[in-house]
This record gives sequence, C-alpha cells and structure tokens, in this order.
Amino acid sequence: MIGGAALAILAVAALLAFVRVVRGPTLPDRVVAIDLIGILIVGMIVVGAAETGERAFLDVAIVFALISFVGTVAYARYVERTDKP
Amino acid sequence: MTEWVSGALFTAGATLALLAAVGVLRLPDVFTRMQASTKASTLGLGCLLAGLAIKHPDISVAIRAGSIGAFMMLTTAVAAHVIARAAALTGAPLWTGTWIDERRPRAQPPADRQRPHDHGQISNS
Repeated sequence: MIGGAALAILAVAALLAFVRVVRGPTLPDRVVAIDLIGILIVGMIVVGAAETGERAFLDVAIVFALISFVGTVAYARYVERTDKP
Repeated sequence: MTEWVSGALFTAGATLALLAAVGVLRLPDVFTRMQASTKASTLGLGCLLAGLAIKHPDISVAIRAGSIGAFMMLTTAVAAHVIARAAALTGAPLWTGTWIDERRPRAQPPADRQRPHDHGQISNS
C-alpha cells in the first residue's frame, strides 16, 4: 500500500526528469536528467524488493547502479568531445 | 511498528526523489540542476534503503542495502563532477543571476548586486 504510493511518486519524478530530457536545452542538461532517471529506477527496484520480499531484486539494483554510473561517465566524455554544448 | 517506520521512510525517500526531479525541471541552469539532482536523490535513495533494511531485518538484505547506499554515495559525487567538468569545458551558459565565475577570475559583479563592503567606503559608526 505504502510501497505502491512510493512507486507512484517515483514514477511521477521520472516523468518530470524525462520532461527535462526532452526540453534540454543543452546536452549536459540531458545527461543530468538521464542520471537522475537511473537513480530513480534504482529506487523503484529497492521499493519493489521491499514489497515482494524477493532478494534477487537487490542484486539487480546493484548491477543497475554500476551500469548507470558507467553510462553517465561515458555520456560526459562524449559531451566533452563535442564542440557545441 | 516496523511497518510504520519503514512506510514513513519510503514516503520520505520518494518525496525527496520527487523534489530532486522538480529541481531538475525548474532550476535555471545546468549547475544548479545538478546539485538538486545529486543531493536530493542520494538522500532519497538512502531513505528508501533504510526503509528496506528496517522492513526486512535480515543480514543479507542489510549488507546489500548498505553496499548499494555506499556505492551510490561514492559514484554520484564522481558522476556529478564529471558532468560539471564537461559542461564547464563546453561553455554551458550560466544563469544570469550568477556572477562568480571561476573561469573568468576578474569578472565584476553587476552594479545592483554589489554589497556595501565591496567598496570599503561605508563605516560602521
């Protein structure tokens, strides 16, 4: 019940961050918003693990956090190599 | 009791994450958006993990929750630094209210933002 409400709030937050991904206006703005969406997805997985009691979801959250971090660093490297912000 | 505490922590964590998203949507430039995103989302995720560890009092769950929290607190700072460096190097525009720019050390603040002690003319009598 509480978990469902928390999931709904996190989904709204992901939607707001996605609005920032669409609107921009610069590439680093989009990278920041995508990074935030990754953190929100980790939070959703944690809430899902708490609601279902399934421990495998926590391993999924660890792996997703790792890959999200590597992806953010790769995006930032890409931004540095482009001329236009 | 445990249910109540974990429910409150879940609600607080989700609300902090929503605040982070609102900050990313509404703040004026990329650097202010970045600080809203990293700080609030780290604290929000910490609250969610604490709620998980309280709801399932088990050593394997606690170790995983703690490792996720420690890992996020390490990597969020590094990722924010890398993005900020990329934004600064590509010349992302600052908000018009920002007048301290470390990339241009001799920049002067606009006239309406100078404080009295910047001139050294106002005495404390």
